[in-house]
Amino acid sequence: MSVVDRPLASPGYSEADSYPTHHFLNHSHGILSWALTLDHKRIGLMYLVGVMSSFALGGLFALMIRIHLWNFQDGWLSNKTYNQVFTLHGAIMVFLFIIPSIPAALGNFLLPIMLGTKDVAFPRLNLMSFYLWITGLVFFLAALSITGLDTGWTFYTPYSIDTQQGGAVLAATFGVFVLGFSSIFTGLNFIVTINTMRPPGMSWFRMPLFLWALYSTSIIQVLATPVLGITVLLLSAERLLGIGIFDPKLNGDPVTFQHFFWFYSHPAVYIMILPAMGIISELMSVHCHKGIFGYRMIAYSSIAIALFGFLVWGHHMFTSGMADVTAVVFSALTFTVSIPSAIKVFNWLGTMYQGTVSLNTPMLYALAFIFLFTIGGLTGLPLGALSTDMHFHDTYFVVAHFHYVMMGGTLVAFLGGVFHWWPKMTGRMFNDKLGIVSAIIVFVGFNLTFLPQFVLGSRGMPRRYATYLPEFQPLHQLSTIGSLTLGSGLLLALIVLLMSLVNGKKAPRNPWGGATLEWECASPPPHDNFSSAPTVGDPYDFSNIEYDGKTGGYVKRA
Amino acid sequence: MTAIQDTHIPNHEAGHADDHHHEHPSWLAHHFDDAEQQFDSGKLGMWLFLVTEVLFFSGMFCAYALYRNRNPEVFEFCSSFLNEKLGAINTGVLLFSSLTMAWAVRAAQLRQHQLLVGMLGATLGCAAIFLGVKSVEYSHKWELGLLPGRFYVPQIEGHHGAHHGYLEMLCIVPAIVTVLCAAYAVFSWAIKSTFHQQVSGPLLTAALCFFVGVFLGQYLEAQEEATKGHANHHEHHMSVQGHIDHDSHDHAAASDTHEHDHGSAPAPVAAVASSGGSSDVYVDSKELATPKPNVNKSTMAGLFFSIYYCMTGVHAVHIIGGMIVISWLIVKAARHEFHEQYFGPVDNVGLYWHLVDFIWIYLFPLLYLIT
Ligand code: HEM
Ligand SMILES: [Cu+2]
Repeated sequence: MSVVDRPLASPGYSEADSYPTHHFLNHSHGILSWALTLDHKRIGLMYLVGVMSSFALGGLFALMIRIHLWNFQDGWLSNKTYNQVFTLHGAIMVFLFIIPSIPAALGNFLLPIMLGTKDVAFPRLNLMSFYLWITGLVFFLAALSITGLDTGWTFYTPYSIDTQQGGAVLAATFGVFVLGFSSIFTGLNFIVTINTMRPPGMSWFRMPLFLWALYSTSIIQVLATPVLGITVLLLSAERLLGIGIFDPKLNGDPVTFQHFFWFYSHPAVYIMILPAMGIISELMSVHCHKGIFGYRMIAYSSIAIALFGFLVWGHHMFTSGMADVTAVVFSALTFTVSIPSAIKVFNWLGTMYQGTVSLNTPMLYALAFIFLFTIGGLTGLPLGALSTDMHFHDTYFVVAHFHYVMMGGTLVAFLGGVFHWWPKMTGRMFNDKLGIVSAIIVFVGFNLTFLPQFVLGSRGMPRRYATYLPEFQPLHQLSTIGSLTLGSGLLLALIVLLMSLVNGKKAPRNPWGGATLEWECASPPPHDNFSSAPTVGDPYDFSNIEYDGKTGGYVKRA
Repeated sequence: MTAIQDTHIPNHEAGHADDHHHEHPSWLAHHFDDAEQQFDSGKLGMWLFLVTEVLFFSGMFCAYALYRNRNPEVFEFCSSFLNEKLGAINTGVLLFSSLTMAWAVRAAQLRQHQLLVGMLGATLGCAAIFLGVKSVEYSHKWELGLLPGRFYVPQIEGHHGAHHGYLEMLCIVPAIVTVLCAAYAVFSWAIKSTFHQQVSGPLLTAALCFFVGVFLGQYLEAQEEATKGHANHHEHHMSVQGHIDHDSHDHAAASDTHEHDHGSAPAPVAAVASSGGSSDVYVDSKELATPKPNVNKSTMAGLFFSIYYCMTGVHAVHIIGGMIVISWLIVKAARHEFHEQYFGPVDNVGLYWHLVDFIWIYLFPLLYLIT
């Protein structure tokens, strides 16, 4: 890499606006300028704070669970409290954190900038989506504080109809309903923005892969979430009016609830993972300084996952009773849906091959993602196979599987993305060394927590139990130690980020050498993103991007 | 459409003056390049929203299909409690409102502001008639105790059920709205503002239309009772009573019967035993179905009415939502905001309105016309 003494400039770029004094953060002042903002960047940042706080809350519940399980009996929580704690952990993590995490926070911030537009198509809808999210949060906190929800995050009937915690079920289902609309509006906004507002020259196949990922995620959000909406609406009607549709006492069918629920919730796991895969595609190519390998395959596989994901919900219900043929078909389809995921993994590995890999914080998180997601995806296969799932269903094996994909996958990618775009969002560089340490601690802690759970599950440890057989104790204790390690790694990551706000170096326009449009925008971007419409090139062409010693960042050779 | 500008706090710093290169008319949001982009975005957004609406209803259609498939006799029995005349009237009213809505879109494109307000008002009026008729239907059923699921307690003494004043209750909110609209109309005439007159006129008319719907509904409901004659109707209720008596006699038998409906194995029948036959008679489940199983109970008919109320209730909520946005359009139309370059909102609300009508076109035969 060459160090040049003359500032290299692309049109419209000057030394002066490299560190802008005027940007979206100080464009206007006061609480109301944030609360009523229609600026996608501010809405994205508010979401970022919101989802991270929910994650912290859900994380505290997780640690409570792990500490309770230190001993095989007489843990510090009563059985009743234990049920409420794991329910709230799951519900908060799924509905408040992981589903909005990447699209609503990072996606909101980045999508218009990556498209070179001023904003998303419907800025008011965007703000409304944020306030719906806040409303959902309030209902969840109500469910938490009034009585405590104890149905598990899945709200299975008939238990959710019969449980004493009726108020909590109502509050939580209403919260889920509202959050669903928040998610639908984000997805709708993204689809329209990408369809109608791409700049001249940006054809579908010149779009950054993160946008492809957000696009396919949005399709799922728009198609699947309404079904969840009507499901939880019927469930609240069940509790309020006793309509009986899901209630066996009234000749209703509780398994119907499971079908409705998983018709949403399996596609929802792709709402969680697809944007994460999009982040990894960006991180891989930028930090390897090499064009992405197999661009089209990655783009198509996102769409394939989005569509196939609708056909496999039955694999959550193999033990709930279904016709043999149905079970076989669901099992076979489950296997096909893992193909596009594997395609992506191979393409990322292909991207690294012969690349100039920068082992910085975002890249380490990306590498951790690939490792952990692969384990998570591979363990999905024995769960999708009928014979083995009979054994694994409702055990810690399932718990470990979905934590590998959801936490090892989505959360780790989310962190990688936050570190990657942090300089862009805040205009500050973080301490890379400490960031790397956090990535390593998270990786070690994660495996320490969840690898033992595969073993536990395959030996028959059921999920959602407050007590267990003494023979499982060593592995449970290992897992608890891992969770504390993991927690401290995450805490360190947070400290690194917050420290950068206090004493971080000013970030250059393009600190990593990316070729997508957001790196042509100042850090942090101005209120309207681009003063003149940017020219669109190949988002993965790194040939004319060079390091500039003066700013400590990269510039595009004219 | 004054999007964005809210947060556009005037800014005097240098380098920010060249924010807007090209002239942006007030109806074009600042992040769109031109009218076409804005229109296309709105349209695509609305189509996507309609997709979510269809999927939202699809959950209930699935539930309907499932339970009808399991208990066809329940659906036949219950459907006879729905007054297909009222359903048909409402179908006609909604179809007509789709026409006026489509006409409104055309008026907006042609800058026929007066006609636009009129057509939107007509659509609003139709919606109100629909809700008026629906209120009669709902209150009538509630009085007969035809409530969802757990609360299903059919009244058997008397034809009309007790008078609980449900209809009056449903009329409270529309009455308040009517009074407010009337006050607004008087006010608009007092200050002689054509804008306010153009808004208040259609709103007041629409509010009154609700009561037209109520009277229409009540008239037809009464006529139905009269023409079907006491013979037919009486018999109907007698048979309801008969079922119930039967049920109270051999409760165990009824629940047994229910189980056998689903199992294919022959099983002993308590009812046969109690009526003097030998106790080891085995009857095939098909034959069991011949003495009609009692469907007039909460676990059977109750479930139908749950589905009925869920579907029509959610549909009615959509009608009300549509009325709110149409009122908003009337305000904009009275301000003469629409023209050939900017009629997206009318077009999109129109799409929404057609979908709501379309769903009713499915609900009507599926619920009312089962025989
Ligand atoms: C790569 C292909 C994948 C396959 C083949 C797969 C397969 C499965 C199967 C068969 C189950 C049901 C196990 C049981 O309950 O007995 C399951 C559970 C689960 N999976 Fe996956 N999975 C895959 C990827 C993912 C991803 C990407 C996510 C989320 C990001 C995810 C999240 C979950 C969750 C949350 C559950 C458990 C839900 C519950 O019962 O609470 N899976 N998976
Ligand atoms: Cu699944």
